[in-house]
Amino acid sequence: MNLTLHVWRQAGPNQPGKLEVYEAKHVSPDQSFLEMLDEVNEELIKGGKDPISFDHDCREGICGMCSQVINGVPHGGQDRTTVCQLHMRTFKDGDSIFIEPWRARAFPLLRDLVVDRTALDRIIESGGYTSCHTGGVADGNAILIPKPDAEYAMDAAECIGCGACVAGCPNGSAMLFTSAKVAQLAALPQGKAEAAQRVCAMTESMKENGFGNCTNHYECQAACPKGINVKFIAKLNREFQKSLFE
Amino acid sequence: MILDGKCPKGPIEQSWDKHRFDMKLVNPSNKRKYKILVVGTGLAGGAAAATLGELGYNVEAFCYQDSARRAHSIAAQGGINAAKAYPNDGDSIFRLFYDTIKGGDFRAREADVWRLAQVSNNIIDQCVAQGVPFARDYAGYLDNRSFGGAQVSRTFFARGQTGQQLLLGAYSAISRQIKAGTVKLFARTEMLDLVVVDGEAKGITVRDLVTGEIRTHVGDAVVLCTGGYVNVFYLSTNAMGCSVTANWRAHKKGAYFANPCYTQIHPTCIPQTGEHQSKLTLMSESLRNDGRCWAPKKQGDNRPPNEIPEEERDYYLERKYPSFGNLAPRDIASRAAKEQCDDNRGVGPGGRGVYLDFAASIKRLGEDTIRERYGNLFEMYEKITDENGYKVPMRIYPAPHYAMGGLWVDYNCESNVPGLFVLGEANFSVHGANRLGASALMQGLADGYFVIPYTIANYLVKTAPGKVKADNPECKKSLENVNTEMKKLLSINGKKTVSEFHRALGKIMWNNVGMARSEQSLKEAIKQIPVLREEFWQNVKVTGSGPELNQQLENAWRVADFLEFGELLAKDALHRDESCGGHFRVEHQMPDGEAKRDDENFCYAAAWEFKGVGKEPELHKEPLVFENVHLAVRSYK
Ligand SMILES: Cc1cc2nc3c(=O)[nH]c(=O)nc-3n(C[C@H](O)[C@H](O)[C@H](O)COP(=O)(O)OP(=O)(O)OC[C@H]3O[C@@H](n4cnc5c(N)ncnc54)[C@H](O)[C@@H]3O)c2cc1C
Ligand code: FES
Repeated sequence: MNLTLHVWRQAGPNQPGKLEVYEAKHVSPDQSFLEMLDEVNEELIKGGKDPISFDHDCREGICGMCSQVINGVPHGGQDRTTVCQLHMRTFKDGDSIFIEPWRARAFPLLRDLVVDRTALDRIIESGGYTSCHTGGVADGNAILIPKPDAEYAMDAAECIGCGACVAGCPNGSAMLFTSAKVAQLAALPQGKAEAAQRVCAMTESMKENGFGNCTNHYECQAACPKGINVKFIAKLNREFQKSLFE
Repeated sequence: MILDGKCPKGPIEQSWDKHRFDMKLVNPSNKRKYKILVVGTGLAGGAAAATLGELGYNVEAFCYQDSARRAHSIAAQGGINAAKAYPNDGDSIFRLFYDTIKGGDFRAREADVWRLAQVSNNIIDQCVAQGVPFARDYAGYLDNRSFGGAQVSRTFFARGQTGQQLLLGAYSAISRQIKAGTVKLFARTEMLDLVVVDGEAKGITVRDLVTGEIRTHVGDAVVLCTGGYVNVFYLSTNAMGCSVTANWRAHKKGAYFANPCYTQIHPTCIPQTGEHQSKLTLMSESLRNDGRCWAPKKQGDNRPPNEIPEEERDYYLERKYPSFGNLAPRDIASRAAKEQCDDNRGVGPGGRGVYLDFAASIKRLGEDTIRERYGNLFEMYEKITDENGYKVPMRIYPAPHYAMGGLWVDYNCESNVPGLFVLGEANFSVHGANRLGASALMQGLADGYFVIPYTIANYLVKTAPGKVKADNPECKKSLENVNTEMKKLLSINGKKTVSEFHRALGKIMWNNVGMARSEQSLKEAIKQIPVLREEFWQNVKVTGSGPELNQQLENAWRVADFLEFGELLAKDALHRDESCGGHFRVEHQMPDGEAKRDDENFCYAAAWEFKGVGKEPELHKEPLVFENVHLAVRSYK
């Protein structure tokens, strides 16, 4: 099939940016979206033009590196799918496709479709861990963890930190991302001891790093390629309230 | 030269404890005076940086991705081994040790493998304490599954995302140290050279991938945890950015490269669909717990799988290896699949595939149980192939997956260049000629959490902190070299793209140095690679400039290194005139097609010394001595 791409091009953080039009020819339905872009880039290079910069690495939907808004939807809108796992069979011959970077105050643009997401790392640094030292811990079976708790924690822990939730949110909030880590650790005996400090530190960090507030649009859940549920946001709010009484 | 692995003497059961006691310690108040450069933040590097930071060292960590959490360890699906013996099925440290030595086809060092088996149990405890949500049973105990090459259930897992969860554990530990100020992270930063001063590793030259700035970091020791090199085959299960660059640059500065020909081809990957393909996707080996491999008995049978009756299917692994069945080790399972396809009994496009069938397990356990165990893998399969694995058997084919070879290190994980340590997939230490499933995660975390924190001290006490300063002539020289190379890459302005060269190299490697190697094919590769390399330096086109975010330039550097490294890999494979594990020389096979080792002549690790591009590398041998397991023919029948 043949497609028309409208791609956001911007040479650097303080440069002007705009949508450029490219033709993608002879695209196979078995190709992934990024493989389609690879071929467009090959043509650009051969024509002496700068190829489109975009983040990607594992191409298996797990590293969280790929990050593109396709036709207005982070990762392109296929249920539980990252851009790198999106395949061209979901498009039709003659389609026009708009490709843009994550847009959020907390994610400064670096080039074309590449943005700086280190603000998410800073949220984790503020408290997204258990303060255990290497060595000197108990046997893994010393504290039993009921299966439902382990499963609940795992549901939250599936987050790949791609930032689609932020890009999808009209407020640019990182509430889903933050709450997933808060909920995972609060559900486990190993994380409970520090639950109160953690939730306070992480929500504070979220604010400091320029993320907006949550006003329950639930766009984050819709955008999340791992299907992280907004119930974790409710859990974060409960944990936060609990911390006020401690 | 005969290399010394510096293994402790005495009974193997006590070797690590005794060695730990014998090693020197760095006084707590002195630790912060030492700066350690950790390159890579995967399981090995993440664990190392976090633990060294906790101990009070001054750590700088580097990775090429935008966050420490995205190293390719994240993609490991199946699980991590430990000798906990929770299921009471006869497992022990000795058995894990034995299985690993045997699985590696008797080409690994005993003492290192013993230590790995011993600390495996601490790893699980450590990860649980970090909040890694391992699978649990209804009573709340940790759950296990089985992996290839073992007859016990010792694999711990977190759904189909074990690597992700373990890496996020290590990432959280690093994050805690970043906040504490002991670790400084440099993301989107790629190492392009090792700085060696008076024979010791004292720094690295890096490129900031956002600004393009090239600069040198000096330290008191360098720890490389930069992963594997199978992207030399172009198509592999590795991430797009995985490269041999850090290792290769260290090699060019004197570090020996050991056993580069030991590469693992994983049996269960999704087959390639066309020329546009940029990478191959693994389907976890754990699927072989419940999936059965088969091919049609009839040649060229192109009926849909569900129309091929039971008696016309060949469950070839169960037939050939009744006691391990579908859980035969990877090298064996991969070759068996290739045999089926070479015999014109492959399935799918181009006949490059065999079936992995879940029908029997679904009948026995129900679709829900299978979904609970492998749901995300079935989903991934469907996204890529548009087929429903619950209804029709999956199609799988082998793909390059893991590098057993790597920089040579002694028992302390220190290379022959003092002060240069190498951990995880980047070193050659424990997997011999073939790695068993769920053992790489174990090795990365063992090296990072439980080995390097002790062994690095033994080196540091011998060196004064801050000995080398940034204005050292070696730093300047290294900067100049990297800059010159960059200018060269950017000025060629030829006709072919970087990916075209990478693809061409991959073809040479896969066809001649892949699953079956012969003297003739290897000589062919050794002839073709330098020609391609020559062409690269004449005719590659790299767009853009240096001081900017330039992904073409990043790739050009990586491919340039693969073009040198591929030749060494082929030369090592040619010199190793035997078959062992993942290294299969067609000249050396048993009557039934199994790999035939030659212990008399090749029971050693081959460590190569760099002598110049295109020049013959020099071979150093480390003899392997087996005192605790019997050198035996590996049998999985
Ligand atoms: C798809 C897949 C599934 C797997 N499943 C399993 C499994 O179930 N069980 C198991 O035990 N093993 C599994 N493995 C193997 C295992 O995941 C890896 O061997 C292991 O995680 C490697 O860890 P590492 O820390 O050595 O390297 P990596 O995790 O690859 O990390 C490498 C690090 O080095 C950095 N780096 C590399 N080069 C440079 C450079 N030049 N400059 C700066 N930084 C650099 C990267 O940024 C990264 O941080 C799997 C592997 C793959 C590919
Ligand atoms: S590239 Fe890793 S998730 Fe898409």
